[in-house]
Amino acid sequence: MSERIRKARTHVSQNEPLLFELSSPGKKAYQLPPLDVPAVDPAAALGPRNIRAGIEGFPEVSEVEGMRHFSRLASWNYAIDLGMYPLGSCTMKYNPRINEKVAALEGLTLAHPYLPEALAQGALEILARLEAALAEITGTDAVTLQPAAGAHGELTGILLVRAYLEARGDPRKKILIPDSAHGTNPATAAMAGYTVENLRSNERGMLDVENLARVVNEEVAALMLTNPNTLGVFEENICRIADILHARGALLYLDGANTNALLGVTRPGDTGVDVMHLNLHKTFSTPHGGGGPGSGPVAVKQHLEPFLPVPRLKHTDTGWAFDYDRPQSIGRVRAFYGNFGVLVRALAYILACGSEGLRQATLDAVLNANYLRQGLMPYYEMPHQAPSMHECVFSDARQTARGVHTMDIAKRLLDYGFHPYTVSFPLIVPGAMMIEPTESESKHELDLFIDALISIAREAEEDPERVLKAPHATRTARVDEVTAARKPVLRWRPASP
Amino acid sequence: MRYLPKSEAERGQMLAACGLASAEDLFAHLPPATRLRRPLALDPGKSEYEVVDYFRARAAENLTGCPCFLGAGAYFHYRPVLVDTVVSRGEFLTSYTPYQAEISQGTLTAIFEFQTMLCQLTGMDAANASMYDGSTAVPEAAMMAARITGRRGVVAARTLHPEYRAVLETYARNRVLAVQVCGYCPGSGRLDLEDLERKVTDGTAAVIVQSPNFFGIIEDLRAAADLAHRQGALLVWVFTEAVALGLLAPLADADIVAGELQSFAIAPSFGGPYAGVLAAKERYMRQLPGRLVGETKDARGHRAYCLTLAAREQHIRREKATSNICTNQALVALMATVFMTVYGKQGLRELAEQNLAKAHYLAEKLPLRFTGPFFNEFVAEARNRPPEALNAALLARKLIGGLPLGRFYPELAGSMLLCATETSPREAMDAVAEEFSRE
Amino acid sequence: MSTYPANYWYTREHEWVRVEGEIGTVGITFHAQKELGDIVYVEMVKVGSQAEMGKRIGEVESVKAVSDIFSPVSGEVLEVNAALTDAPEILNQDPHGAGWLARIRMSAPEELGRLMSAADYEAYLGEET
Repeated sequence: MSERIRKARTHVSQNEPLLFELSSPGKKAYQLPPLDVPAVDPAAALGPRNIRAGIEGFPEVSEVEGMRHFSRLASWNYAIDLGMYPLGSCTMKYNPRINEKVAALEGLTLAHPYLPEALAQGALEILARLEAALAEITGTDAVTLQPAAGAHGELTGILLVRAYLEARGDPRKKILIPDSAHGTNPATAAMAGYTVENLRSNERGMLDVENLARVVNEEVAALMLTNPNTLGVFEENICRIADILHARGALLYLDGANTNALLGVTRPGDTGVDVMHLNLHKTFSTPHGGGGPGSGPVAVKQHLEPFLPVPRLKHTDTGWAFDYDRPQSIGRVRAFYGNFGVLVRALAYILACGSEGLRQATLDAVLNANYLRQGLMPYYEMPHQAPSMHECVFSDARQTARGVHTMDIAKRLLDYGFHPYTVSFPLIVPGAMMIEPTESESKHELDLFIDALISIAREAEEDPERVLKAPHATRTARVDEVTAARKPVLRWRPASP
Repeated sequence: MRYLPKSEAERGQMLAACGLASAEDLFAHLPPATRLRRPLALDPGKSEYEVVDYFRARAAENLTGCPCFLGAGAYFHYRPVLVDTVVSRGEFLTSYTPYQAEISQGTLTAIFEFQTMLCQLTGMDAANASMYDGSTAVPEAAMMAARITGRRGVVAARTLHPEYRAVLETYARNRVLAVQVCGYCPGSGRLDLEDLERKVTDGTAAVIVQSPNFFGIIEDLRAAADLAHRQGALLVWVFTEAVALGLLAPLADADIVAGELQSFAIAPSFGGPYAGVLAAKERYMRQLPGRLVGETKDARGHRAYCLTLAAREQHIRREKATSNICTNQALVALMATVFMTVYGKQGLRELAEQNLAKAHYLAEKLPLRFTGPFFNEFVAEARNRPPEALNAALLARKLIGGLPLGRFYPELAGSMLLCATETSPREAMDAVAEEFSRE
Repeated sequence: MSTYPANYWYTREHEWVRVEGEIGTVGITFHAQKELGDIVYVEMVKVGSQAEMGKRIGEVESVKAVSDIFSPVSGEVLEVNAALTDAPEILNQDPHGAGWLARIRMSAPEELGRLMSAADYEAYLGEET
């Protein structure tokens, strides 16, 4: 391996089969206390036809094997605890451990959602406090904590748009979406029963406002905007965009995935946004857990408040209570009240940061992205020159001359000990390399990252094969995604005799 | 601030490298009208100790730690210690979605095992890597059935969890699905099959039945499936109490299974985060929303796992996607995976049998509202005083009673839904029985 | 660099049709399969459906993209290429031959007048890039 790689070195890692391959009848990892009541014959109680013979193929392993199994699997994973994820629009920031400690308090974990309200005041107070904090941070008037993830929040938000317009007699037909948008945006619009019209960005990478003014008419329900957009560029015309929409009776929905660029600096509610969602697992430090759980609260201005999902929180003389008497509500978007465990973590983060800590997080996030931009610009093509906020987008244009593409550079980064940036997104930049460091990265880590990418740019020039065949040093080499899709094997099956 | 790894000196160096004088310069290009001119109206940042104090105080304001007979979609079960040990490892807790398969084999392998175990438990051929929860898995199943059959109608049992039904109604309104509700037999507490037969037509995409149902009663799923299939509709089997799967025969004729895994080592946590299941027969595999992990090989010929069939998902298909779901419940699904590993084939059976025994012990002492066979939940009539008064008396004895049903089923206002699990102590159940019989 | 068969007709959406009597065999072009990458799945409308010029008759999936296929001609779908179910890679290997997608009994042969010749298609590709 090249001595240019300073951040990583290979080491021996454990192999581990699947649980089903370790299984042997009679092994067990559990012990239940003896029953203190008489046993009941299942066939007699439920009818013999309703009882299963057994769980075919289900594993039986001991506690030791279970512990080793998951420990070994864990050792094959990269994680934020190990290093940076420069993934654009993912905001992979540090997951503070105090969040985990408070989320594990038994008074919170053992609270049943149907506890009478008088017995759940602590939980309700947490919800109320978080709602208020998020409203203040976003400059809005009311927040629902129900949605389980960003996409769920988007759907909730667009359903609110629909309900609001329906109450005025006309739900309208279409949603406008910039061509740089995340795929959840059009998928959401379709789920909410709208058709999608894509809008182009201008040469500065921002929404083309003149075009917008032409396109907005009485068939348009809303524009779904991300700010900063997926190029990391602040939509400077956002106030004008809001005015154009409002003048025609349409609404402005903000995809708040990039809120990490805004905390304490600007508030979407102050710039004409009617409704937006937040990603607590991005901006508010809750852990990604390998793909979830997240939480996607939706924040609205007053005119959309009556339509929010039930239940809402209300304050009475005896404390907090749930209010189900909401005749204009869009209904429930999930059972119970939200991903409470995630909400606790987000509130812990907000309390720990305070107003100054949140603002400083944004400052550092934007500084880090600009520092990377500065360091990489001599080596990688930057298709849009507008100032970067918390993320920047390069393209592989200079490297494709040697046959090296963004995916190859990404895979070579693995050898350097980094998780790749976001590959090939946004779609409007061919060969995109979308980089968001977040405020959690030290100057040291950023310098290592810059060095790595400079080295790879050099390799693309002098030894492209090295990049094209990457990764070389990872435990698992490039996986064959084509066969995985052509012949999907989605579960283990015992070998045929 | 302790989460920010830069000194003022380093910030200065970095600003200088960017040719900027101060951090404020980073935002100079923002129009003045967009700028917030005051600090956010939030308290100053708290130390670790103050954060803990705040949440400890909130935790103390919830009543927990005493026997509780609430079920209704969220259940109290023991959580094996291995679960938290595994999920608190940074490599699982703080890792991202496994898009880069080479450095995510831990997550991908665990999900592949999860998908497999769910297929084994439900009798289906393909299961996804989780949905947000059971309540949102149901409308996703309905939309899947609509795509597959090309029809708009949905018939949902009234014995489906009322909040699940409410979510279905919210989603259906906007995807232009027409939802009808099928009633239950007042004697047995089971789905009214005659009503079902009347309501299922050749315009029905899905028949959605929960078993054990909201009342804890085992439905005749086979009969419901027959009625559905006769009209070319799909049968969606829903479950909220996963522990039941250790004992109950899965329905071979189900087309889609949508369920909730909270019982598998996911604490009740005031309602979330939980983990939804969506599984289906082989022929519907490509219509499954959400992430799917598949087996393949790497360039060196070793077995490896990766996300697959991604072309169904939002980041590729955009407005034509099977769903908009992106982030799912991966870490929570991992809790369930560890739980299933700890209990294993025999343990899940023994656990289910204990639940059956506990609930039947309590139920024998109480006036039951329905005659149908039940697992670990049942409806009891509060004959001597209203359910709320009964619960107040139980509270005085440091017990939390069941769910008064009037809020969801006005005709059952004098009854409550009780759940007993392997965690319910005998003395507590005896006390409940005493209070029920007291005037 | 592929040659585009001179006796085929082409659409702006990168489909082709080969005419034999009243039967049109349709497929996607070399350019289309190259853009998509390794094809993993092909789904076509049912045999017996009515295809309409310019309307969707199926879709092709690769690992990273999905693309609708629009019929170059109108008529009844007589056959779809079953070989692609188990071996979608044929579409990459031989898009103009063994990778055909459907055979259609053309109801309006005059539609061919609106399609491009091989020379026009190659020029069109030149413009696109």
